[in-house]
Amino acid sequence: MSNDLFVWLEQFQGQVLPSSWEALGAARILADAMGGSVVACLFGQGVEGLAQEAIQHGADRVFLADDGTLADFRVEPYAALLAQLSHQHDPAVLLMAATNRGRELAPAVAVDLETGAIADVTALEVQDGVVVATRPIYAGKLLSRCRIPERRPQIITTRPRAFPRPEPDAGRSGEVVAVEPVLAEDEILNKVTGFTTAEGEVNLTDASIIVSGGRGVGGPEGFQVIRELAEVLGGAVGASRAAVDAGWIPYAHQVGQTGKTVSPDLYIACGISGAIQHQAGMRTSKVIVAINKDPDAPIFKLAHYGIVGDLFQVVPALTKAFKERLG
Amino acid sequence: MHIVVCTKQTPDSAATMSVDADGNVSWGDAPLVMNPWDEYAVEEALLLREKFGGKVTVIAMGPEEAREALKHAVAMGADEAIRLWDEGFEGSDSLATSYVLARAIEKLGDVDLVLTGRSTIDSQTGQVGPALARRLGWSPLTYVSKVVEIDPQGKRITVERLLEQGRQIVSAPLPAVVGTVKDINEPRYPSFIGIRKAAKKTYPVWTAEELGVEPGKVGRAGSAVEWPEIFAPPPREGECEIITADTVEEAAAILADKLLAEKVI
Repeated sequence: MSNDLFVWLEQFQGQVLPSSWEALGAARILADAMGGSVVACLFGQGVEGLAQEAIQHGADRVFLADDGTLADFRVEPYAALLAQLSHQHDPAVLLMAATNRGRELAPAVAVDLETGAIADVTALEVQDGVVVATRPIYAGKLLSRCRIPERRPQIITTRPRAFPRPEPDAGRSGEVVAVEPVLAEDEILNKVTGFTTAEGEVNLTDASIIVSGGRGVGGPEGFQVIRELAEVLGGAVGASRAAVDAGWIPYAHQVGQTGKTVSPDLYIACGISGAIQHQAGMRTSKVIVAINKDPDAPIFKLAHYGIVGDLFQVVPALTKAFKERLG
Repeated sequence: MHIVVCTKQTPDSAATMSVDADGNVSWGDAPLVMNPWDEYAVEEALLLREKFGGKVTVIAMGPEEAREALKHAVAMGADEAIRLWDEGFEGSDSLATSYVLARAIEKLGDVDLVLTGRSTIDSQTGQVGPALARRLGWSPLTYVSKVVEIDPQGKRITVERLLEQGRQIVSAPLPAVVGTVKDINEPRYPSFIGIRKAAKKTYPVWTAEELGVEPGKVGRAGSAVEWPEIFAPPPREGECEIITADTVEEAAAILADKLLAEKVI
């Protein structure tokens, strides 16, 4: 067994996702404790240019597979290739971001290698040469420390925005190794036939600022003031389950136990009472602001700053105040 | 079509969780329910049965209380429900759990489609469905927000998958393992007749022997992950600073300045 750490870098349309750089940064820190090299695994079509970026972000070596069968992410060819590379090089750890793709890829590779996968971790340390991973369970009401004591690699997915994003260093050097896919197209069951991005659908997971609306928004048109504040801050629009279930905004915006788990630098909850199921999705946000008419709303127990008042007055006033300050 | 839904019982999502000095987890007097995400999988199975005919079988790995999850599925309209349990299954991680579920599906034999929820709300790994697809070697379709089309004769399925950047359309051969997300449907409430039917039904239990599982591949022995420590997160420090001023504009201005000083914008 080597001490090397593999990191699968998720790219979409030729861009490595920020959460993958975070996973690479986490691997770099573990490598300093465990003594191995950081090896980035980069698959896609026309992605050669990303290999140097991976080195600048902390990889010592890059396994680059550039092939038409890998153009769209699919579990089967990606898992087969990661499993083969792991067989050949015997890494101690395989890390990836806990995005939807990462969370379906990790357990598939784990089955191939008869090893474990620890999902959605928020902290990592090394004890006696074994990685100890902390992850939220029961919607973050409890935390669990997990480890894979014997089997290798230790497969771990890291929660987006839980680990710092490494600064690229143009002076770093590393090796790029071209590798071939394992599966031919006719051996792959899943065929991707389309991809659509609906207007206004945002990637909440990577957002550093989220402005969310809840029941207090009162209807679909009420989200206009939420959108205006999000826009001036360069943030994304979130929503509580109440607003989504009422049909005011699509499910893709839902934050909470049955929606997305987010961890932005700033979370502004407008007209959201803060049910425990909503808190589950946003409690790890760095700074939480609550704007609500009801001074007894549970959201104020979690928030760092609050304004008690009508969101239709407070939110536009806040938008105006930021416009003046941000120019 | 024979559709199998994998489910699990969990504490209600509103439960207050606690953990004692020995690391025992408690959900107080909160009820155990079918994992809320699995309701979408059961509902989708029932909708597909209504459209294409066939049978819905629900399976759950777990001790006696797992029967509650199965009962709920039957009350919603599932045809058969089987519990998978043996003392040796205790402590299974997603690797071991997916092995037991795969053995049960292979034992059922004529399965066209497996449906799962997005994840459970207790351990919330979301790994069992993808691991199950890999074990069976079936089409892996996760985060499905819509079943676009099924061709039972041609044995193909087309789905829409909800990813962070948008919706991916994927076509694959059956059998497939489909992981559902909330967007896919609106789960029905059990009917009165359904609840009565569920109460009268017998729920067979398949043991390790009946499933033909290797003892070394289940339970703690068969699991790769261990979780020796469970603890409550540290409480949030400090209190909420409520900003008050004579006018809304002033309050907003104070808040904007404080947030800029926090360097989060």
